[in-house]
Amino acid sequence: MTETGASGKLVHPQRRFGDYIENALPKVVLGPTLLCALIFVYGFILWTGWLSFTDSRLLPRYELAGFVQYVSLFQNERWWTALGNLAIFGGLFIGVCLVTGLLLAILLDQRIRAEGFLRAIYLYPMALSFIVTGTAWRWILNPGLGLQNLVRQLGFESFTFDWIVTPGMSIYTVVIAGAWQSTGFVMALFLAGLRGVDDAIIKAAQVDGASSTRIYTSIIIPSLRPVFFSSLIILSHIAIKSFDLVMALTGGGPGFSSDLPATFMYTFAFNRNQIGLGAASAMIMLMTVVAILVPLMYAETRRGHHGR
Amino acid sequence: MADGHHTQTAGSHRVGRIVIYALLVVFALYYLMPLFVMVTTSLKTLDDIRTGNLISLPREISFDAWIKAWSSACSGVSCNGLKGNFINSVSFVLPAVAISTLIGAFNGYVLTMWRFRGSDVLFTLLLIGCFIPFQVVLLPMAQTLGYLGIANSIPGLIFVHVVYGLAFTTLFFRNFYVTVPPDLTKAARIDGAGFFTIFWRIILPLSPAIIVVSVIWQFTQIWNDFLFGVVFSSGERQPITVALNNLVNTSTGVKEYNVDMAAAIIAGLPTLFVYIVAGKYFLRGLTAGAVKG
Amino acid sequence: MNWRMWKPILSAFLLAVALSGCSRDKSGEVEVLHWWTSGGEARSVAELKKMLEERGDTWKDFAVAGGGGETAMTVLKSRVVSGNPPTAAQVKGPGIQEWAREGVLANLDDTAKAGDWDNLLPDVVSNVMKYDGHYVAVPVNVHRVNWMWANPEVFAKAGAEVPTTWEAFAVAADKIQKAGFIAIAHGGQPWQDATLFESIALGTGGAEWYRKAFVDLDQDALNSPTMKKSFETLRMVQQYIDKDAANRDWNLATAMVINGKAAMQFMGDWAKGEFTAAGKTPGTDYVCAPAPGTDGAFTFNIDSFIMFEQKDDAAKTAQAHLAEAIMDPKFQEIFNLNKGSIPVRLGMDLSKFDQCAKDSAAQFASASTNKTLVPSWAHEMAMPPANKGAMFDVVTAFMNSPDMTAAAATEKMAAAGK
Repeated sequence: MTETGASGKLVHPQRRFGDYIENALPKVVLGPTLLCALIFVYGFILWTGWLSFTDSRLLPRYELAGFVQYVSLFQNERWWTALGNLAIFGGLFIGVCLVTGLLLAILLDQRIRAEGFLRAIYLYPMALSFIVTGTAWRWILNPGLGLQNLVRQLGFESFTFDWIVTPGMSIYTVVIAGAWQSTGFVMALFLAGLRGVDDAIIKAAQVDGASSTRIYTSIIIPSLRPVFFSSLIILSHIAIKSFDLVMALTGGGPGFSSDLPATFMYTFAFNRNQIGLGAASAMIMLMTVVAILVPLMYAETRRGHHGR
Repeated sequence: MADGHHTQTAGSHRVGRIVIYALLVVFALYYLMPLFVMVTTSLKTLDDIRTGNLISLPREISFDAWIKAWSSACSGVSCNGLKGNFINSVSFVLPAVAISTLIGAFNGYVLTMWRFRGSDVLFTLLLIGCFIPFQVVLLPMAQTLGYLGIANSIPGLIFVHVVYGLAFTTLFFRNFYVTVPPDLTKAARIDGAGFFTIFWRIILPLSPAIIVVSVIWQFTQIWNDFLFGVVFSSGERQPITVALNNLVNTSTGVKEYNVDMAAAIIAGLPTLFVYIVAGKYFLRGLTAGAVKG
Repeated sequence: MNWRMWKPILSAFLLAVALSGCSRDKSGEVEVLHWWTSGGEARSVAELKKMLEERGDTWKDFAVAGGGGETAMTVLKSRVVSGNPPTAAQVKGPGIQEWAREGVLANLDDTAKAGDWDNLLPDVVSNVMKYDGHYVAVPVNVHRVNWMWANPEVFAKAGAEVPTTWEAFAVAADKIQKAGFIAIAHGGQPWQDATLFESIALGTGGAEWYRKAFVDLDQDALNSPTMKKSFETLRMVQQYIDKDAANRDWNLATAMVINGKAAMQFMGDWAKGEFTAAGKTPGTDYVCAPAPGTDGAFTFNIDSFIMFEQKDDAAKTAQAHLAEAIMDPKFQEIFNLNKGSIPVRLGMDLSKFDQCAKDSAAQFASASTNKTLVPSWAHEMAMPPANKGAMFDVVTAFMNSPDMTAAAATEKMAAAGK
């Protein structure tokens, strides 16, 4: 990447004024977006940060009150449940999506008949909001109405599948439904990545007598590294923001056993008139995101530049 | 574009194929299950739902629930079904998608072809914007929209969606344009072509695939959005997701599951349609470079 | 793709944006935020709309459904913050005072004086509607929360009697379970758990202790053997709830009683709407009785609308019309017939109401004189939302963790009251 930036030096002096405009134009074009990000992302984060140090209840208040909100946040049992659930949900959700997505992509990449049709089936959940599919999932997972009942009707009387009503297990049903929604997108990313792998390298390996498993594990999958990265970013983005999913599926229950930080924040800030506490929880969420993602992104973009 | 990597040897070929197809079909059934439940339920009568089970087929197919959901289901004091809200959704989703995609394209173009000192840092800062939880921005955004005089109006809603969609569209276009050979634009510049000329004449014609990706992504996100829709709209201008929520969250009365399900499918139809029609181009767009970091 | 192709598309969008921006005038318009979106409730709101239109105002409906209005409250907050509040919003209990403290509510004293509200409303009600001595909200109805809805046929089949104490309850529930029925129809949502616990606590400790604990948030009353005993009773009651109750909506639980799958449900009188809709008659098809141990006591839940300060005169007039219409006997009758509650106005003709409502009205009056009339904390009538939420967490955690002891729950309850 050497062509960047200063373009003005190449052309005739008569056109200096035009050059000036040409030089400024890129920045002018980017300007509104940057301004938006500055105000609506970073400005709002600062605003939230400020509120987290106040005693805001029903509506925002701006008099500082110290660290009280953070203290009461970390004394709150429900917050710890939410954090624990985020770890379980985030880890499993990202893991399941990556593995299943890659598996489906590899399977679909074997010159499959009706590939387009199957691809559409795997992709469609991404198109639907959880407001739409939540009801169906609640039915399927409900032991009295759904799967458990169905299998029992088929004659397997002792079959149980009641995770959604069991306090320690309900978060796993959130993983099931979440993975159902997002795997297709990851599959599409991987499939696109697979189609981009250079055929010549694979042909050469085949000539050398490498088995197909070996070709996948040592050539193709490593070359998909950027796809893993993109998927990881997108999936962690979904995991952290998961809100509709929990609300539609379990309502955070039974009790508050399937709460996530996003639902915690919403409940306290908006339903319990504890905006200060909600802001504090949002700040912890944001800091976690930054702590995990920024080093990751930095490392990856560095790599990208040198590799190209 | 390669067709795939056909690495099986002839001997294990047959067994391998059967295993592959079996796996694909099992996954397909799993993915189809919720949709199947929704569609069959929406076609059943209430009696049929009460007596049948989750996967039983409707005894007789009835479209009454669909008609009711579209034109006469009640939510609040109005009993006009979802049709009005459907149009509301269209009226803000289309402009929001178009504007955010257009700006995203320009941003991507600047960030790859007209880099300046610090542009990479700015890009990273922009990316972090993807991660801000939307619940956090509700109140300050409400205040801002109030200042701007577009609170609880369609333009306000468009504004919000454009602002929080820009990070994604910029990401898509930037990652795509990175793969465009620099020589293409270099030659044009030596010929004296300017910023916009290069964009319109050279870059845009290369972009249909990535435009499809960006449009699909934005369309799905904005159409399906509930939180911004419920907070920043008002009264009869509520988007379809909000109306659906009102319909499904009945607090009293007999729960008409068939109408709920029909309404849910109606709310999901446009996005389903977009995915199915443009799905092929979606994959092509991703292949063309959107996934490269 | 070139400019020629983009131009028409772009202009169409710009036009759409421009068009969608220009329809905001409001002369004599009322915008009412509520979460009564379905069934009888929606019909009653439609009645209100009709009455306002007769007065020449325009009604702009602003319905946001979802549970007990959680989503609606989020929307309301952002509307107020954006400087664009609705005319009125469904807010109740201490919430009224919290909003009034922010200085955003309108003064309704003129309408109240003209309508003689001070004499028409019981003191317990009008006190809640006032902030600093001025009316800022209008009450709609009175719900009784400590009801038990029973299916007499199931009781007969099981050879059990409708219980009046928690001891008798255990005996009856055992018989019902042995006969193959579900004893209690319940939905494992935090507010339903709290509704059940609230009735148990009232039945265990009586009205005076209830008021100390849940209204005054008195530490000694909260951290007391009575509280512990209430939790022990809750644990006992819990074993008669079926396993699938998690996240079940309350109306589905009511349907279980209607269909004869379950024997009883502890729920406020909005449950009656479900029985009525199913064509059932009180007394024969179903029985409404006070929850065990709470006969003579009355936990009330009053729905009300707060009114926001309006900028122009037309809006102010329309707002006054709205307040008038809500207090109108005609609206009070229609609304409460649909909703299952009783009118908030005193001295109304109840001839169109059923026996349960008449009982409720009689108990309301007698409880008021006997000082056994208490606000329902499970329905946000008694304490600030922060405390209420914390107590919900304790009760629902207790329900969902079999290991938690009643003593531990009692201590947490006291902490939640701080």
